[in-house]
Amino acid sequence: MIKNKINYSHRKYVIGSIFILVAVILLIKLFMIQIVDDSYKQSSDNNTLRYITQYPSRGKIYDRNGKLLVYNEAVYDLMIIPSQARNIDTAAFCKLLNISNETYNNNLKKAKRYSNITPSIFISQITKEEYGRIAEVLYHYPGFYFQTRAIRQYPKPIAAHTLGSIGEVTKPEMERDSYYNLGDYIGKSGIEKYYETELRGKKGIKITVVDVHNREKERFMNGEYDTLPVPGKDIILGLDADLQAYGEYLMAGKTGSIVAIEPTTGQILAMVSSPTYDPNELVGRTRGLRYSELLNDPDKPLINRAISGTYPPGSTFKMINGLISLQSGVITASTAYPCNGPNSVPIKCTHYHSSPVRLYDAIENSCNPYFWQAFQDMLNSRRFGSPREGFKFWYDNVTSFGLGRAFNSDIPFTVSGNIPKMEYYDKVYRGVWNAMTVRSLSIGQGEILVTPLQLANVAAAIGNEGYFYEPHYIKSFGDPNDSVSFEKHVIDIKKKHFQDVKKGMQSVFEGEHGTARMSKISDITVGGKTGTAENPHGPDHSIFMGFAPVDNPKIAIAVVVENAGFGSTWAAPIASLMIEKYIKGEVMRPNIEKRVLTLNQTEE
Amino acid sequence: MRSKNIVGRIDIWLLIIYLALATIGLLSIYAAAYNEAHPHIYDLSQNYGKQLLFIGVSLVFGFAILLIDAKFFNAFAYVIYGLSILSLLLVLVVGSKISGSTSWIQFGPISFQPSELAKFGTALALAHYLGKLDTDITKLRTKLTTFGIVLLPMLLILAQGDAGSASVFIIFLLVIYREGMGGKLLIIGLSAATLFIVSLCVSKWYIMLSLVIVFAFFLLLINRTKKNILLLIGIFIVACAFVFSVDFAFNHVLKQHQRTRINIILGKEHDIKGVGYNLNQSMIAIGSGGFSGKGYLNGTMTKYNFVPEQHTDFIFCTVGEELGFMGSFFLIALYLALVLRIIHLAERQRSAFSRIYGYGIACIFFFHFAINIGMTIGLVPVIGIPLPFLSYGGSSLLMFSMMLFVFLKQDANRMNIL
Repeated sequence: MIKNKINYSHRKYVIGSIFILVAVILLIKLFMIQIVDDSYKQSSDNNTLRYITQYPSRGKIYDRNGKLLVYNEAVYDLMIIPSQARNIDTAAFCKLLNISNETYNNNLKKAKRYSNITPSIFISQITKEEYGRIAEVLYHYPGFYFQTRAIRQYPKPIAAHTLGSIGEVTKPEMERDSYYNLGDYIGKSGIEKYYETELRGKKGIKITVVDVHNREKERFMNGEYDTLPVPGKDIILGLDADLQAYGEYLMAGKTGSIVAIEPTTGQILAMVSSPTYDPNELVGRTRGLRYSELLNDPDKPLINRAISGTYPPGSTFKMINGLISLQSGVITASTAYPCNGPNSVPIKCTHYHSSPVRLYDAIENSCNPYFWQAFQDMLNSRRFGSPREGFKFWYDNVTSFGLGRAFNSDIPFTVSGNIPKMEYYDKVYRGVWNAMTVRSLSIGQGEILVTPLQLANVAAAIGNEGYFYEPHYIKSFGDPNDSVSFEKHVIDIKKKHFQDVKKGMQSVFEGEHGTARMSKISDITVGGKTGTAENPHGPDHSIFMGFAPVDNPKIAIAVVVENAGFGSTWAAPIASLMIEKYIKGEVMRPNIEKRVLTLNQTEE
Repeated sequence: MRSKNIVGRIDIWLLIIYLALATIGLLSIYAAAYNEAHPHIYDLSQNYGKQLLFIGVSLVFGFAILLIDAKFFNAFAYVIYGLSILSLLLVLVVGSKISGSTSWIQFGPISFQPSELAKFGTALALAHYLGKLDTDITKLRTKLTTFGIVLLPMLLILAQGDAGSASVFIIFLLVIYREGMGGKLLIIGLSAATLFIVSLCVSKWYIMLSLVIVFAFFLLLINRTKKNILLLIGIFIVACAFVFSVDFAFNHVLKQHQRTRINIILGKEHDIKGVGYNLNQSMIAIGSGGFSGKGYLNGTMTKYNFVPEQHTDFIFCTVGEELGFMGSFFLIALYLALVLRIIHLAERQRSAFSRIYGYGIACIFFFHFAINIGMTIGLVPVIGIPLPFLSYGGSSLLMFSMMLFVFLKQDANRMNIL
């Protein structure tokens, strides 16, 4: 089939030769750069990149008056890149670092497991002195280098629970947020946890070229790919450092808590949970050890009782019941109920006073029969048609004080306490119950449980005559442009009723029979209510809630001293000292302070 | 002797070389894109997993081609060519921009580069046209048609702004040369190429001066017949015009980044951080491989992503760094074996179509590997064309594989042609 054409098949040799010639040219050039010329090899050695994380400084935390609560101090982390850590004189290195061979191997294994080529922490938080000694000779050990970082320091050993602490990020935390690398620090509790994203800032990266001798040579691409760290935001708390310190001083040796709130803003002025610990203990290399000690302490100092301890409010709850009865219209401030003293049924009165009593006297004397009868009349009132409807009215109003729910603010882990629901009684009493069945509610016992924070918030709401802000820690960020706001709740009870109740609460301090008359402060009007809460765990809890001054309160406070007895004996004087300290700046009643300090529950 | 089974009759050496190259490619992509979190080579979320999938798909297509009638590709050569031209036109309308040129068509998750199809289509069309019994290559019409077949896709690809892929079509000159055209053409082509490079490097006035001297020298040597003198003067004028037009084209037609790349290759510019960065890092990677390389998966340059686009156009860096000169030598020998084997087989074809087609793909493979490796070691400008069978990418691997399998089929079927 081949036509009589000229045969050009010899041209395959030309084409084949061109192929071979070009291949040879490629090979010659490869030979030149791979074998003859050494400069490329050196370039490659000079080309190992090191990505150094630039940690931003974590935001500082101040109290409401600008006093420093938390700041940072530099420490040094020894970093390792396992793939570059070759030919290490292990013995000398271990001696230099003062670690055992076993530690060396374990840490190396841990780093390798994380990544062979990205850096991780080999030994964390080396002090300045050690750093100076090690850094000098570190060039002998390729793959190792130092990275500076800051740890938290606390100038005053206070407010450990509020401030919280930071710790090494855990695996689940790393999986949740890819911002973190192995060995990074993250807020674990308190303010540090809630404001983690604001406090931490943003990490930067510095890329440097490192030569074979482990020396950083130059910035990669003149720093074109570097990113600068963005420092974290400072936080100013509503906390008053002096008040907080004083509260911890008063509560030393006792079990319980104090919560003080600025009523007009909802900011926490002080939050004491006792026993407590020094926040400086949970910092640095000793953190892990100290943490487990605290965790296993039978007194449970790590627990923040102010937000997670729940107590029956006892007589302090009578304020709410009084307010709700007034609002329901069943009673007025001048309605009087008889009291048979210790012979009263179904609830006896423990105080001796004239009968019948009206609202102010009932509060001043903490008269149980008064509040029981007011409660019974409200539930059975024809206005509601049935005790169930009456109970519903009561429940809705009680919960409008922020009880029976957790708070939604920057205070993490607040618990809800308990306000029993109708469904609960339906279940327990199979649908057959009435005011008599739930009579304990009238005096703040029974199923009701509140936290000290909730109680302080109730005090703030009463002091404010009908509103409160969701209680919170923060006052503002360091930069005033970052605003913060929390929800305002208005309680559907007339101002007039609040004023009546406040009057009664004032007579608790100023009245002839007032349960807190011993804690009166001469030139500050205080409204409050003591409580002695029966509880199934032992002796009664000593409880107090109140506010001062009565008109336009600056401070609302709740105090709980566990198993200490009468509210008037311990909780009321402690609260009055706190109020005096906050409003006057100093305490002029050394006798009361001295007496309060005598109670030391740990010695029992 | 002849096996009835098509698989038994295909050229086993070509198949082995093909599989070897695809395997080296996969392992190199694994090394280049190695990710500790995804150590498995079959992990489809990683480039190496995808490449493994592409290899599988290519093999399926390849064996499907072996089952198609051998005459199919001859008969449908123009159809395939026509489709490739259409897709080149289409890409100008609906193409998506990937790294500077509009040369991709997107079908959902699949992106496809019509210029890859055009290489295949042009090889088929050229083989079909020149292989026809009535084609007389001495006629001017034939010559014009031949060049037209090559120039049409080339110009369309140039219009996409993909000068790299367009330049591949130059290599069809060798195919045309094999079929009897342009013995002189090749000489002229080579002289033109030399003159082209020289005129980029040196001021055009120096070239003019040297041209005058060279031609004066020729004038002394040759038989000074009137015809020869006129011819010489004619060539001289054409050469001068060429030098001027190259100068013009360089300064006015090429884009700035292309000019810069050429200048870097020619050593006229040093730009380690900019466009030259790829090339500089690539040469450091390859150069640091030394004689026997740093060992598989141990390339520091490779690991730290110093070389951009390392899994695609710069995949050779991985071989150069981790396997050294020995590995590079082996790879180049493998490519040389591939193209020499193809032209050896092409010469034994009874059908002119098969022969010309064989030369066509041999030249395409040759051009790609020579230019691709050449650009990673600084011999030629960095034009983004893939290394056949090695570079990451489904579109190019599939087309290269199909080109080869069509030839394997033609070769296996050669005895059935009268």
